[in-house]
Parts: sequence; C-alpha cells; structure tokens
Amino acid sequence: MISARGLRKSFGDFEAVKGIDVEVRKGEAFGFLGPNGAGKSSTMRMIASVSPVSGGELRILGMDPATDGPAIRGRLGVCPQEDTLDNELNVFDNLYIYGRYFGIDRATCRERAQELLEFAQITEKAKAKVEDLSGGMKRRLTIARSLINNPDLLLLDEPTTGLDPQARHVLWDQLFRLKQAGVTLVITTHYMDEAEQLCDRLVVMDKGRIAAEGSPRELIDAHSTREVAELRFGVGEHEALAEKIEDLGERVEVLPDRLLVYSDHGEDVVTAVLDRGLHPIATLVRRSTLEDVFLRLTGRSLAD
Amino acid sequence: MALIQEIPAPLTPAAATKVLVLRNYVVYKDAWKLFITGFLEPVFYLFSIGIGVGQLIDTFEFHGEAIPYAEFVAPAMLATSAFNGALLDSTYNVFFKMKYEKLYDQMLATPLTTGDIARGEITWGLMRGSVYSAAFLVVMALMGLTQSWWAVLALPAAVLIAFAFSAVCMAVTTWMTSWQDFDKITLAQMPLFLFSATFFPIEAFGDGVLRWVVEATPLYRGVVLCRELTTGVITWESAISVVYLVVMGAIGLFVVRRRLDKLLLT
Repeated sequence: MISARGLRKSFGDFEAVKGIDVEVRKGEAFGFLGPNGAGKSSTMRMIASVSPVSGGELRILGMDPATDGPAIRGRLGVCPQEDTLDNELNVFDNLYIYGRYFGIDRATCRERAQELLEFAQITEKAKAKVEDLSGGMKRRLTIARSLINNPDLLLLDEPTTGLDPQARHVLWDQLFRLKQAGVTLVITTHYMDEAEQLCDRLVVMDKGRIAAEGSPRELIDAHSTREVAELRFGVGEHEALAEKIEDLGERVEVLPDRLLVYSDHGEDVVTAVLDRGLHPIATLVRRSTLEDVFLRLTGRSLAD
Repeated sequence: MALIQEIPAPLTPAAATKVLVLRNYVVYKDAWKLFITGFLEPVFYLFSIGIGVGQLIDTFEFHGEAIPYAEFVAPAMLATSAFNGALLDSTYNVFFKMKYEKLYDQMLATPLTTGDIARGEITWGLMRGSVYSAAFLVVMALMGLTQSWWAVLALPAAVLIAFAFSAVCMAVTTWMTSWQDFDKITLAQMPLFLFSATFFPIEAFGDGVLRWVVEATPLYRGVVLCRELTTGVITWESAISVVYLVVMGAIGLFVVRRRLDKLLLT
C-alpha cells in the first residue's frame, strides 16, 4: 500500500525527514511513533499526497504522488490532527459536500452520509452547526468524513489527542472494526497504549530518522527487558543508590523520584535489593511497555 | 455498513468547479439576505447621485453624444456592482477560508487540486458579482436608462468585470497575512470607485498623464465598456476593454494557482 525508499523532506535548510524506508502492507494497522518534531506529520503529509517529496522514492497504492496525486487521494481517507471541519456547513453537509469533492454522485453521497452519521453516533445532530458539537463529536465527525469515499488506506494523525477516556475507547473500537473490514490504517500517535492497542507494526521516529521498527511485542523484546522493577527511595538518594544495584539488572535508570531496574525477573531484583540491606519506600514490578522502549529510544528530554 | 464498491471517476475541471460552487451555494442559500446589501448599494448611488445630483446637471457628452446624467452614472454603477460583488468573496471570504477555516487544506485531502480551488472560488466570486449586476441591469431597464439593444451585452460585460477582479483580488489576498492588510484593499477600492469616470467624464482629467493612468486602470475599462453598451455608442475602445479584462482575469487565475501551490502544498 505504501512503499518509501530513502524518503526525505526538507523545508529550506531544515531537514524534517532524513531518509526513511517504510513498507505498509494491505490490511495492517501501521503506526508512526515519535516525540513532537520527529518528522511524523511531515511523513504523513507526503503520504497524503499534499506535500511534495524532497528526495527518495514514495509509492502510494502503486502510484507516484507527484504525478497521480488526485487519483491517490481519491482512495485515501485523511483524518488530520486538528478537526478541520467546514464550520460554515451543518453536520450532514460536512459529510455530503465532502463526498461530492470525491466525485461521488448525489444519491450515494446522501446515503453514505446518513450511514456515517450513525457510525459516528451523531445522527440526531445532522442539522446542527459544527461549532455546537462537543470535542468528541467533532473528532468522530472528522473520522466519519474521512470514510466517505470508502478509502483503501486511512491516515489518522493523532486520532485521540484531546479526547476523554470514554471517547477514546469508542474510537478505538471503531478503528478496530474498520481494520476488520479490510481498511489499511496508518496512525501517528504519542500515546503508547494507543499504539499497543491498535498497531500491528510500527516505527519509532526520532529527529527525522527511524529509530526502531517492528510489532509492539518485538520492539519490547528488542529494546527493553521483560519486566521493570521500580524502586522508590528518599528524595536525593537515588543517584547514589543506583551505583550499588547496577549489577542487578540489564540497565538502571535514575529518575528524580525513583530508580528503574530493567530485568527479565523483576521480583528477583527486589529480593536482591532487600538482601543488600537497602529499604526502598515503595516497590513495583511491572511488565515492560512500549513507553519504556519509546523513552529508551527517544530520550527523556523534551523535544521542543 | 454498506461499502461502495465502484471507484468514482475523477472529477473533470468543470465538475470540480461546479462542486465548489455548490459548496458556497449551500453556505449562502440560507443567508440570501446578505446579497441584498450588495445589490442595494449601487441602487442607492444611482438614486442619490445619478438622479438626485443629476437634476442639477443638464447633459453630459459621451463619445460626442449628449446623454442625461443618470444614463451616464447608471452603467458605471453596473460595473461597480460587479466589482464590489467579486471583491467581497475573493478577499475577506477567501482569507477567512484559507487562514482560519483551513478549508482549502480540507479540500486538498480529496482529489481536488489547487487549480480546482482557484477556478471554483473565482467562479463563485464572478457569479456573485454577476447576480448583483443582473439585478441592477433590470433596474436600469425598468427606469429607461438603457438606450440600445447593446445593453443586453452589458451583462456578459459585467460577468467579465467580476471575473477579472475576482481573480486578481484572490491573487492579492494570498499575500495577506493579517486582517490589517485589508485596509490596503479598501485604500485601492475607494479611489477606483470614485475616479474611474464613474461620476464625471474622463475628460475632467485633462489631456495629461493622469488621464492615461486612469484609462489604464481596470475599473475604468469596465465602466467605459458598460457605458458604451448601455448607451449604444460602441467604439474600438470596447474591444480594448474586453481584451484588457480577459487578460487580467487570466493572469489572476494563473497567479492564484501558483500561490496556492506554494502556500498549501508544503
């Protein structure tokens, strides 16, 4: 569905994407993870065929966005990061007119808009103004709109940012249903739980490059340990204590409020720490998550 | 959920223009009252100046023919109504859609192209200007201010004026960065309106450079074209005006497209 080779994007002297290789297969849910400024959105815009490629090769559905932009976009659904709805049209017309942009005939458009209102659970808001919708409703409308042309490939740029937990779960459920219907999903997110929930495969981007690639499980196996022991001591003691337990795990990370010991056997680490006469205020053993991988690969400092 | 299996054929440029016009029509169909002010403005000018002030003035000479003042002013108001109507949509509304609504970004996520957007928006602007002009032309005819069957051609002339200004104003708008920049539009709009031989003959500028400058401005071309048509005094100047406005619109359209590419396809 998507094939990128040495894909680059630069804005003047600034290189946002510095040569990435990506392959997205039909029917999978593929994720781009990365901190702000990693080049995710630039990559998404190139895939959406609205941003000219600066270098390398990009093929979407076997076509070249430079020459077949309209044909590619006709088969894509794009759900941008911000809800850019048409505020001058009511909810129904947002779907109907958007469908007409694709060249879908009137009757089909009307029928389809009606179905999507149901899908987005906003049927009773059909005649409402967009500005009267809640944040969650706007998001669902934006996603519904991106489905008007029955896309083969759906691009979602941070789909659940700003939504409450209920709305997020409704959305995840809907995206899962789309995936089961055979739609290929490409998602950017910086929510790790979202990536673990939705993505079959993902890449972690950092500073315009791909830092790692694989399924969530593979990434955890490759870049973290099976478990993490979190040890909380008194404030200011962590730095000094870290040296004493360095050998207990594969890696020890010092945070202001706790130590993270990466090990395949977290409980053993805790036992060993106590055996050395150290007394943490609190301990927690948990499984490694994608977040551990993410922070390992992209660092803990703020990107911007 | 039913799935559409057939892939819709890509829109032709004409169909894409139609869909964009449809979008604007849907927005305005419930706000038709907004159109009334645009229509009334030149009518008020016609009554106050053309007829009111006109009572103090005997007749004017236009291309060697004596015509009543109202007949002199009316075609100028016709051209102005096309000008004003086109200006409204292609400046403020385009700016709002581009900067705040991100409407064109939404459209570009579909098979629509920047060329479609340029054509669609300019077509809408020219339609709005044309509606005002058509209504005004009816008023003129009812008041007996048209002297020749050539006046029928004043409508396509007004469409042409609306097209030329719609395209150029939209092009200029792509360089606007804030609402303050629109003061410059007003600054250009007022003198164009007042000095394009709208209320007094071009001869008032004398035979110097100033007259040449005025004759080279677009609204003057529109005014004189409409005046020649409604009074039935057609000269070679009519052809110059037509070519002038066609070229102006074509350049505007070309620039709009280039600018949208640069601004939106980054």
